[in-house]
Amino acid sequence: MARKDRLSGNEAVCEALRQINPDVMAAFPITPSTEIPQYFSKLVANGLVDSEFIPVESEHSAMSAVIGSEAAGARSVTATSSAGMALMWEELYLAASNRLPLVLTLVNRALSGPININCDHSDSMGARDAGWIQIYAENNQEVYDNLCMAYRIGEHKDVMLPVMICQDGFITSHAVENITLNEDEEVKNFVGEYQPENYLLNPECPMAVGPYSVTNYYFEAKRAQAQALKNAKQVVLDVAKEYEKITGRSYGLFEEYKMDDAEYAVVIIGSAAGTTKDAVDELREQGKKVGLIKIRLFRPFPADEIAKSLEGVKAVAIMDRTESYNDNCGPLGSEVTTALYRAKSDCLTINYVYGLGGRDVRVEDMKNVYAELEKAVKDGKVDEPYRYMGVRE
Amino acid sequence: MKSDLSKLGLDCKWTDLTEGMQIYGEGTSVEFKTGEWTSVKPELDNEKCIHCLMCIPVCPDSCITVVPGTKARGPLDYDHCKGCGICVKTCPTGALTMEGVK
Repeated sequence: MARKDRLSGNEAVCEALRQINPDVMAAFPITPSTEIPQYFSKLVANGLVDSEFIPVESEHSAMSAVIGSEAAGARSVTATSSAGMALMWEELYLAASNRLPLVLTLVNRALSGPININCDHSDSMGARDAGWIQIYAENNQEVYDNLCMAYRIGEHKDVMLPVMICQDGFITSHAVENITLNEDEEVKNFVGEYQPENYLLNPECPMAVGPYSVTNYYFEAKRAQAQALKNAKQVVLDVAKEYEKITGRSYGLFEEYKMDDAEYAVVIIGSAAGTTKDAVDELREQGKKVGLIKIRLFRPFPADEIAKSLEGVKAVAIMDRTESYNDNCGPLGSEVTTALYRAKSDCLTINYVYGLGGRDVRVEDMKNVYAELEKAVKDGKVDEPYRYMGVRE
Repeated sequence: MKSDLSKLGLDCKWTDLTEGMQIYGEGTSVEFKTGEWTSVKPELDNEKCIHCLMCIPVCPDSCITVVPGTKARGPLDYDHCKGCGICVKTCPTGALTMEGVK
């Protein structure tokens, strides 16, 4: 039986973590993810979880500690944002290359500078090639559900990779919304016991983790790691299907909103998808054939599936909540455009940078994006394929 | 299950590798011949050796051991000796010598 509640995104994360009851959390506070270790340490102090909480001196240490505990055989979790993740950089790659299925609950926040504590995706997008599975959420319900599924994905024998569960700073992490929660037993049974085949604290079979790989091996090691990430796509779908049976809530690689006959589409990540749905609804009432694709799984990237979903679309706006500083395209823009090119699509593309440092995204802004798509199709060309939305000019 | 190192030779494919390059099982470094790393090796003059055993604890690679059940020094393990020369420096009688070490 599901329970109804009202929770912020950070509270939803801690509710999922209480039910998952991981063995270890190591974390260092940073806005806007501070509440996650704060609330979780309270659960530890009150004996509501069996977890070991390690209050470390930095995020570099937080990620190092959970890498150590995960290698030891303990289900581990950490939380961070922005500069905290930047300080984890070296270890992010180690967690993935050592094939340790720990979980990072990331609250997306702009990277400095100028220093800013509000939402954009520059932190996780910077780490997009670190080898992690990245799953994004539109709201607190999705953060909770994604986290309930995270360990099942990462710990799958064909995957064994760390998972980043991302939510938008403040917009999702601090805003309180209605939420449907699973029963404790349902989550416990769904997630199951972590029983790694090999782990450092196994006296029956000692092991070496992270040995040096000379030139003869490094390339093959990276190829094997890439395969694990590739395998994750099917596992994400399988786990979602199983989760739906328990909860009735359905998840895929991405969400298609009114895409069936859409001629103008937006591809977006995170909370602004909710705003865009309102814009789609209003424009649909005016008879406009508009739709939305909201990315859930960004790593690995479901390129073929997105190209297929965009079949028949005349123009697409690809929305990046980060600046890539390359005068060409943002990370999502790059992925979607590549997917379309390979599918021999003649769909026009406009890649927007938007919402940096918490800049508000309004329904009017997104309606204007659809209007610009319509104009591009009318003109038969896109003059400025990499542009900005919401910046004062 | 212990890793089968014979399947991890230089010509192995990426699909043959262990997950995350982890090595399972104890004592596998015995099969890794680090002695190939050096071009110089200590040489032993058995006539000069007094079996004081000073060279045994100083070797960082455990390449010199006591013959089991005796108080005598065993042979040098050149498969794993990296030629650091510490045993040569420690030897009080000059029984151990190596090019480049005075």
